[in-house]
Amino acid sequence: MELSASFFAARFGITERDLEAYLGEALSRGGDYADLYFEYLSTSSIGLDESIVKSATRGVSLGVGVRVLSGERTGYAYSDDLTPEKIRKAARVAAHIAAGPAKTAKMPLHEGPKRNLYPVLTAPTETGFAERVELVKRADRAARAYDPRVFQVSSSYADNLRQVMVATSDGALSFDRQPLTRLNISVLARVGDGLPQRGHSGGGGRVGLEFFRGEQAPEQYAINAARQAVAQLDAVEAPAGEMTVVLGPGWPGILLHEAVGHGLEADFNRKGTSAFAGRVGQQVASPLCTVVDDGTMRDRRGSLNVDDEGSPTQCNVLIERGILRGYLQDKLSSRITGLPETGNGRRESYEHIPMPRMTNTFMLAGESDPEDIIRSVTRGLYCSNFGGGQVDITNGNFVFSASESYLIEDGHLTRPVRNATLIGNGPESMKNISMVGNDLKLDEGIGVCGKEGQSVPVGVGIPTVRIDRMTVGGTA
Amino acid sequence: MSAPNGSTGSNGNLLDLASGIIAKALAAGATGAECVISEGEEFSANVRMRELESLKESGSRGAGLRILIGRNTGSAYTSDLSAEGLRRLVESAVELGSITTEDPHAGLPEASELGSIQGDLKLFSGDTAGLSTEQKIEMARAAEGAALDADPRIANSEGGSFDTNLGRHVFANSLGFAGEYRTSSCSISVAPVAREGDSMERDYWFSLARGAAGLERPEDIGRKAAARALRRLGAVKIETQRVPVVFEPRTARSLIDSIFEAVHGESIYRNASFLAGKLGTKIAAESLTVIDDGTLPGLFGTSPFDDEGVPTRRTTIIEKGVLKSYLLNTYTARKLGMKTTGNAARGITGNAGIGHGNLYAEAGASTPERIISSISDGFYVTELMGFGVNIVTGDYSRGATGIWIRGGELAFPVSEVTIAGNLNTMLMRIEAVGSDLEFRGSTASPTLMIQEMTVSGT
Repeated sequence: MELSASFFAARFGITERDLEAYLGEALSRGGDYADLYFEYLSTSSIGLDESIVKSATRGVSLGVGVRVLSGERTGYAYSDDLTPEKIRKAARVAAHIAAGPAKTAKMPLHEGPKRNLYPVLTAPTETGFAERVELVKRADRAARAYDPRVFQVSSSYADNLRQVMVATSDGALSFDRQPLTRLNISVLARVGDGLPQRGHSGGGGRVGLEFFRGEQAPEQYAINAARQAVAQLDAVEAPAGEMTVVLGPGWPGILLHEAVGHGLEADFNRKGTSAFAGRVGQQVASPLCTVVDDGTMRDRRGSLNVDDEGSPTQCNVLIERGILRGYLQDKLSSRITGLPETGNGRRESYEHIPMPRMTNTFMLAGESDPEDIIRSVTRGLYCSNFGGGQVDITNGNFVFSASESYLIEDGHLTRPVRNATLIGNGPESMKNISMVGNDLKLDEGIGVCGKEGQSVPVGVGIPTVRIDRMTVGGTA
Repeated sequence: MSAPNGSTGSNGNLLDLASGIIAKALAAGATGAECVISEGEEFSANVRMRELESLKESGSRGAGLRILIGRNTGSAYTSDLSAEGLRRLVESAVELGSITTEDPHAGLPEASELGSIQGDLKLFSGDTAGLSTEQKIEMARAAEGAALDADPRIANSEGGSFDTNLGRHVFANSLGFAGEYRTSSCSISVAPVAREGDSMERDYWFSLARGAAGLERPEDIGRKAAARALRRLGAVKIETQRVPVVFEPRTARSLIDSIFEAVHGESIYRNASFLAGKLGTKIAAESLTVIDDGTLPGLFGTSPFDDEGVPTRRTTIIEKGVLKSYLLNTYTARKLGMKTTGNAARGITGNAGIGHGNLYAEAGASTPERIISSISDGFYVTELMGFGVNIVTGDYSRGATGIWIRGGELAFPVSEVTIAGNLNTMLMRIEAVGSDLEFRGSTASPTLMIQEMTVSGT
């Protein structure tokens, strides 16, 4: 795409000469590198509760972030006003990080090879609301119809469309149009006036409304949420102590996100504050484990054509048969360490400084039959769904909260157990993986990752795995 | 469309801008409207290993509009405050009023409920404006330097930072309420990394105040952060057992956060809280009194009015173990047949939700030392991990780090364990409340001791 044909040229009259001037202003006190991140974000959301649509919101936020790198230093400023004088002012503020003779940006700007991982012709944000309203209503009806014990249903739908343009002083220019769509449903069930239990489900991706017209119908999510809530009604207290844990396929891949993913982000590793620092080439997981971070998957929530620094995303092998292969890089870490970029520079919005982040992180399938994995366990816990997780990257300890799990007794799933947190140490837990299933599944597309106050959409995935030893935080 | 020509409404004029948006919404067919405008300026300096790492400085603003058409609601927001941006804001909100369902409880507060606390709430201090960028960097450097100098085992750091935020908050509605206030905050924080043999541990400490004059000394913050990281070195996992658990103030705060979620009006009317329907009953030990007070001058949960234009107030949530009040906005109050408690909270998007003011547990009589000395074997929790609190059932299971108590003393560091129980019983079994209440944010708690929880380790 020529700049002149881009969204920002059409909407705000931005020309190549303007970009050259802003980058020049950013490098007016020297600095090694500068970039501009233009963003125009349109959002809509609909909330249903008690079978009525209680909220509907539409919004726009727009702005530009200006960054200047000088050695290991970063200067950053932004403006939510795209007039030339405001952008130049932001560039001058960001320039203050450097102190030296002015430099100029490389011109003309060149666009790299193009691809489109999410060819959504009409983003939901650009259409009328009728079909989207129907999605939350259908989810509500299906959850209530599933079981008379369901007594509360909340469902919400949200989408956004992010128009992005990144211009760098290296002479690179990139554009992207990033749709993102999500449906969530939360269900409460109870027997009579008894203790309620909750179930939750949802799905989405960088997709249009057609996504929900096929197998991912709102009814499917609703039934899944209702089924979880109802199953919890019979749940027993979770066990306490170390035991064998089997993770089901899909969303339990959050294990990888917490146990290894964050610890492999290059910023922590070049600073030496991660438990994985200096361990490339070493055994950090069982030889059954190959873990990748892949930003190039079609339609996935964590995918990007270009990352938020304008670099193409890639499929990066993090751990290959248990051996640590590399870290997730952004431009700054890559410049400092001399290692190649991996397309993992991400940010929440134009107001935020980019940093290394995950995209879609998952473990490749192994050879075991999932049934055999469960059969191999005499006493343990099978976890098929999780809430959130967290990691302390310095000591490597991580947690994740099981929201749907079952006792394994003599090779069979028996009773559902109540919510419990599982805790482990990243490198140790990964070494305790003794079986990997042939059933790799990716999550449904609702993951949000937080780091240093910035949230970005991500994906995870995992086949069924057996972890020989993990601490389960129950009470029984 | 051409480039937007700057912004309508200059700084001093945000009130007029909000009133103008309300008028436009009414003209476009809304029967009621409320508008929020917020404006912020942020500055952040980060230092790592004594060197400047990043500087960030910028400002932004945005407007949010919620309209009613009868009992139907619609809302919109924008960061584009140009005439064209505002025209679309109004148009979007009014359009969305036609896709929501009529809700008998939707609406603005009663006119008689609107108002604002008078007098200086000390939410704004201009003193950071007098600091040069170099002075701000110096404070971050001094704080991190003190941590690095505290002990040779502090060999690394995630850095020290100095941050300031200035804000202006405007709210207006079609019942004639229009109010604004300014806020400021500044903070210093440090996150050192301690290392000894194979053990590497990180911790942090910070100070937060309305102005620079209210901050603790950078050197004290750095030394405290270093001491916290050092005392975690060589942590072990312990055997699974049931013992008394002591939450230091930093982790006890999270129990207050859970109480907030459990008395949140939306959880109450949905029956999605373990405290739903328990008003007037005993839900905690007699030693526990929890207050929400949005009127305390200078604190971070204080404001003259909530985000529906209702004055903030002091509400007793739990009095000597008895549940006295939920926290409500207008909508949830109507759902429950009650009155708003002045706890409406919203950003620029969507409908008003619920927030707390300064929410805290009242201090008790025992010093933390005395509480610890009363325990022969127990767990002193200094950090919690994860999201394992189920407000619907009260089930509680979180990752924890801390120090083992043996023979009445803090004996050795423990990590990679969980603590678990159920909030119903945990609250009832609060055995001691410390005398060490201090505010470091909008929720606060003194040291709390719970008679027994399951610590899960090996």
